[in-house]
Amino acid sequence: MKKLMLGNAAVASGLKDAGCKLVSSYPGTPSTEITEYAVKYKKDIHCEWAPNEKVAMETAIGASFAGARAFCAQKHVGLNVAADPLFTLSYTGVNGGLVIAVADDPGMHSSQNEQDSRHYARAAKVLMLEPSNSQECYDYAKLAFVLSEQFDTPVLLRLSTRVSHSTSLVERSNDGNGKLKEYEKNPGKYVMMPAMAKTRHEVIEKRYSAEKVWSENSDINTVEMNDKKIGIIAAGITYEYAKEALGNKASYLKLGCVYPLPAKLITDFAKKVETLYVLEQLDPFVENYCKTLGLDVRGKEEFSLLGEYSQALIKKVILGEEVEYIESGLEIPGRPPVLCAGCPHRGLFTALKQLDVFVSGDIGCYTLSSLPPLEMMDTCVCMGASISALHGRNIVRPDEAKKSVAVIGDSTFMHSGILGLVNIAYNRTNSKVIVLDNSITGMTGHQQNPTTGKRIDGEPTTAVDLTALAHAVGIERVVVVDPYDIPATKAAIAAELEIEAPSLIISRRPCALLKEVKHNPPFSIDTDKCIGCKACMKIGCPAIKMSGEKSVIDFTQCVGCGMCTSFCKFDAIKEGK
Amino acid sequence: MTKAIMIVGVGGQGTLLASRLLGNVLLFEGYDVKISEVHGMSQRGGSVVTCVKFGKKVASPIIEKGEADIILAFEQLEAARWLPYLKKGGKIIVNTQCIDPMPVITGAAKYPENVIETIKKLGVDVTPVDALKLALEAGNAKAVNVALIGVMAKQTDIKYKVWTKIIKDTVPEKFKELNLKAFELGYNLK
Ligand SMILES: Cc1ncc(C[n+]2csc(CCOP(=O)(O)OP(=O)(O)O)c2C)c(N)n1
Repeated sequence: MKKLMLGNAAVASGLKDAGCKLVSSYPGTPSTEITEYAVKYKKDIHCEWAPNEKVAMETAIGASFAGARAFCAQKHVGLNVAADPLFTLSYTGVNGGLVIAVADDPGMHSSQNEQDSRHYARAAKVLMLEPSNSQECYDYAKLAFVLSEQFDTPVLLRLSTRVSHSTSLVERSNDGNGKLKEYEKNPGKYVMMPAMAKTRHEVIEKRYSAEKVWSENSDINTVEMNDKKIGIIAAGITYEYAKEALGNKASYLKLGCVYPLPAKLITDFAKKVETLYVLEQLDPFVENYCKTLGLDVRGKEEFSLLGEYSQALIKKVILGEEVEYIESGLEIPGRPPVLCAGCPHRGLFTALKQLDVFVSGDIGCYTLSSLPPLEMMDTCVCMGASISALHGRNIVRPDEAKKSVAVIGDSTFMHSGILGLVNIAYNRTNSKVIVLDNSITGMTGHQQNPTTGKRIDGEPTTAVDLTALAHAVGIERVVVVDPYDIPATKAAIAAELEIEAPSLIISRRPCALLKEVKHNPPFSIDTDKCIGCKACMKIGCPAIKMSGEKSVIDFTQCVGCGMCTSFCKFDAIKEGK
Repeated sequence: MTKAIMIVGVGGQGTLLASRLLGNVLLFEGYDVKISEVHGMSQRGGSVVTCVKFGKKVASPIIEKGEADIILAFEQLEAARWLPYLKKGGKIIVNTQCIDPMPVITGAAKYPENVIETIKKLGVDVTPVDALKLALEAGNAKAVNVALIGVMAKQTDIKYKVWTKIIKDTVPEKFKELNLKAFELGYNLK
């Protein structure tokens, strides 16, 4: 029976039906739900959140070498973190099939850059499949395991936001079995040091040739001949856009395998059509390959290296057709994402604003503090960089160390912040690191992590003791504050900034959206006392707005955190109605 | 012909459940269905949009400017923001609730006045609904989404019973009664 499934859920079903035994991932939009859906099959698949993508991939590698089918998923930038194991895994190959999902985010709906992960397939010489809808997410996930074992290679499954987060119909087929393959000791294959790796490199080049032959003949690279004036080469979601835009007005070569590319298939298709377009988001990966084949193709010159494609864009560029639409003529303010009502990060950043410090920032919900009205982040590059970059800054600007802090979420600290802290202790700067411990990985939608005391399925486990950890690496000063108490938080940070030693400040209060967090009744404004001075608006809470001359609190949003009360000099914000 | 319904609102208003319900109803009616949503960062108080497309065979899951047959707006400003996505002759159902975005809260921008009248004057078929009132009447402000689905359901040819069956199948047990009530209030709105 066909069912509606999110692309990511379909991948998870594919894992189940391929007999995958282990899934280890680190969350990252738009890849996160694959692992969350996989937990539904926890009887058959062991699922876990790893502290970061490198650990996740290495866990999967261990399981694969031991003979199990294994999987890990990450967002595009996650593969940067796991790139080290990936490149050498390509040399060792696998035992049980190993599939690696990587989800790109053209248009940057929730990402810090727009990198194109297909380059990894070529750079690491690893086969890459790209589905274009949920059915293919399911089918290709299963196929990827077969190919992994057939060619003795990890297989990359490339997803994108619109495929991962679109829902369409899926029909599941027979279940695979989860039997372990034999493990045989084989240092020539599994111990990569120069002598062995040299031999393996030869194997890898031969493997590429074999995969190419497969790609030429595989039924996931398909030709559909219609009108021959326009020929389209496309993969993934772009294929769906092209089909919608052009229908029978074009012929198609749909690529299910984007690496290795089928040279002969492409060349034959090119011969059959008058004008050939390669439609691909981000980089001209397929287009440049076609050009090396000497083909006359059109692509990036008329389209774009930036952002997403769409059926409208394709219609406009290729057919010159544009759709009419109406506009309201109103001036419409933007609606950027905001820290939620009751978010503990708001308290911490309000204290930092009052202290007027330089903030070396990181990635998580708290990055939203860089937007008005808080505007309290100076830099943000990649996960973990806040701590190491503050250390670097403090070396070259030691006089400003007393006015500088690093901020990092609990999950991000575990992901890659820890080593930065070790470095501060080891190479001694007076750096002040604030961990925003909200007991969850917030930004990606509430995943457990090593500090929360729970595993992926909610089962209790050991929690990292951040204080003991700091002491163990050589940071003597550790202070814990409650960000809901803004004056106390400010005082504690001010005191640490004066001290000539590195400190770890833990700002601890669970995310207001967590189910187990009990809320107070909503606060309200005493309109007799409110003079409309707008002081309470400075905190930037989405539940507080002005209505005429007075402020009002939206009872549907307010969670009664009370952080706003410290801003009102007139005692106009009261508990309850 | 592929039909397109766009659900727009503010992160946290329950647009995802609305699209899921709608998707399951359309699937039950025998259509090919594709839904596109964006998760993650934009959930937190940001502008959110979900596309539901159905027909004999759907290719692209997204809706572009001038393509939506119906826009179901959970908030007035969002109705105005996404208006260009409406097809000529399309319909808008809009919740009369206003939620100030941060630039308005901080005073950097103004919430536009007379949004619904302005859209009506352009000749667009607009149905304004006080869905928060309906939801509170049903028992909880969170049921705004299903109340709005109720209003839209009335404007389709799909039978009442199909909607309520799918609501029963999709919604967790403890919210069933609330959502059925909210749906009914929306459906029977004059
Ligand atoms: C290498 C990499 N992996 C994953 C992500 C996606 N991501 C962004 S922030 C974040 C974690 C945020 O959690 P936390 O640090 O606890 O902060 P919170 O959002 O809870 O405030 C994740 C997983 C990323 N940007 N980069």
